[in-house]
Amino acid sequence: MSEINKRQDAVVEEFSVFDDWMDKYSYLIDLGKEMPPVSEKIKSEKTLIKGCQSKVWLEAELVDGKIQFEADSDAIITKGIIALLIRVMSGLTPEEIMNANLYFIDKIGLHENLSPTRSNGLAAMIKQIKMYALAYHTKMNG
Amino acid sequence: MFDIDAIRNDFPILRQKIYNKPLIYFDNAATTQKPQCVIDKLVEVYTTYNANIHRGVHYLSNKATDETEKARKVVQLFLHAPYSHEIIFTRGATEAINLVAQSFGEKFIHRGDEIIVSEMEHHSNLVPWQLVAERQGARIVKWPFNQNGELEISVLKPLITEKTRLIAVNHVSNSLGTINPVKEIIDLAHQHEVAVLVDGAQAVQHIKVDVQQLGCDFYVFSGHKIYGPTGIGVVYGKEKWLNGMPPYQGGGEMIENVSFEKTTFNQLPFKFEAGTPNYADTIAMAEAIKYVSAIGLENIAAYEKELLNYAEEKLRSLPGIEFYGTAHEKTSVISFNLHGAHPFDVGTLLDKMGIAVRTGTHCTEPVMQHFGIPGTVRASFAFYNTKKEVDGLYLGLQKVVQMLA
Repeated sequence: MSEINKRQDAVVEEFSVFDDWMDKYSYLIDLGKEMPPVSEKIKSEKTLIKGCQSKVWLEAELVDGKIQFEADSDAIITKGIIALLIRVMSGLTPEEIMNANLYFIDKIGLHENLSPTRSNGLAAMIKQIKMYALAYHTKMNG
Repeated sequence: MFDIDAIRNDFPILRQKIYNKPLIYFDNAATTQKPQCVIDKLVEVYTTYNANIHRGVHYLSNKATDETEKARKVVQLFLHAPYSHEIIFTRGATEAINLVAQSFGEKFIHRGDEIIVSEMEHHSNLVPWQLVAERQGARIVKWPFNQNGELEISVLKPLITEKTRLIAVNHVSNSLGTINPVKEIIDLAHQHEVAVLVDGAQAVQHIKVDVQQLGCDFYVFSGHKIYGPTGIGVVYGKEKWLNGMPPYQGGGEMIENVSFEKTTFNQLPFKFEAGTPNYADTIAMAEAIKYVSAIGLENIAAYEKELLNYAEEKLRSLPGIEFYGTAHEKTSVISFNLHGAHPFDVGTLLDKMGIAVRTGTHCTEPVMQHFGIPGTVRASFAFYNTKKEVDGLYLGLQKVVQMLA
């Protein structure tokens, strides 16, 4: 099993204890709150992914052939989901990220948050994560 | 009198449960729910007399044409317009404003002219004017509102110059609920021979509108915000303007004679209704207007005012709540934020409790910029809402405060 799927399954397992929407969202809020603060310098116009409702900032860096993501949001629930995405996607090779099939969001019942019409910036964030992977992949192999 | 149980019974969607909780629908400023009679009317059109209107010689076409023109009459009487040919059907309030902006703009707005737009307009009453200004070489002049979310006549006065051609203003603000003094605005504008377009999308379902008493040049609204179907809206325009304005779109129905050398245009209102009109929704919208009129807008307004007062009183006790739009004259809209909480988070959590509110900028980014906030949570009430539902919102918000603290 790929590293990314192991991570995804771990998240799904974690969420399986919640049978109530509010518990699930309480947990997301906690994840958002516990996220280590990002340096203010990553929050720039360049890293901003503008959703109609909440804003997301995403920065990527290639370290030893693996991409480290750092991200933040002005909305706490969005931030909680970002924490999950970073946990699953960060520290992997560009190739792993490019080929990733993200299923955990669906499985934990948060798919509505990733709908492009939800306009919280998350759908665009995932697209951007994949773009970074593609760009670094091209750079490394080009 | 006002029988809330009977009224709620008219709206089948309200019986639903969302996430296993009874639906509390407080997003009425975005769109309203439909009474059974409106739903039935749509079914009736399609099951008994659906046919393309204004052109057939057969029975069904005549019947559908007849019902559509009766609907025009219903709208005319509803707005108290002098003539039914001053009522033009569009896809919605947005298209209604675009129609006026483009056609009026092409003929009457020229290089160097000015269009005054209030700071509290929905994007649909700002962007069409920006497009026209760009095309014609005119300029948009912003009419700012005060901290209560009110437009002041004294602020408008110095903005009107000899270059001003039109003032675009809403009757009621969608994000703040402010009822604007449109009569005073129009009187002042007309002293300077300036035309006024009033966006009534948030007004007609709450306030009795009389376009003759107001004297406005254009008044627009949309069907879906007054308990009617989506995809249908209205322009009321003074005959003298409409006759002088070029057509908005070309096609069938809007022409008199067509040849490759020269095409002449049909008379009002058909000049502005190119193509097959949305007759089914037009007829159903008239049904909605009849429904609302039967209950009585005065009764509706009084009940909604009571809900608003009750809700404001109740919500005020929540820690860290801040209200936006505290105008003296308001419809049943409450825009607010909880201190330290992003509106998106508040809305997402309320949703999971079965409570539908709107969050974000409400298509009024300049309003949010005015207050320096990313958005608000907006609860907007209709006459089918209850104090018990307001209690539900209050309890929901208490829970949200706990969760986000």
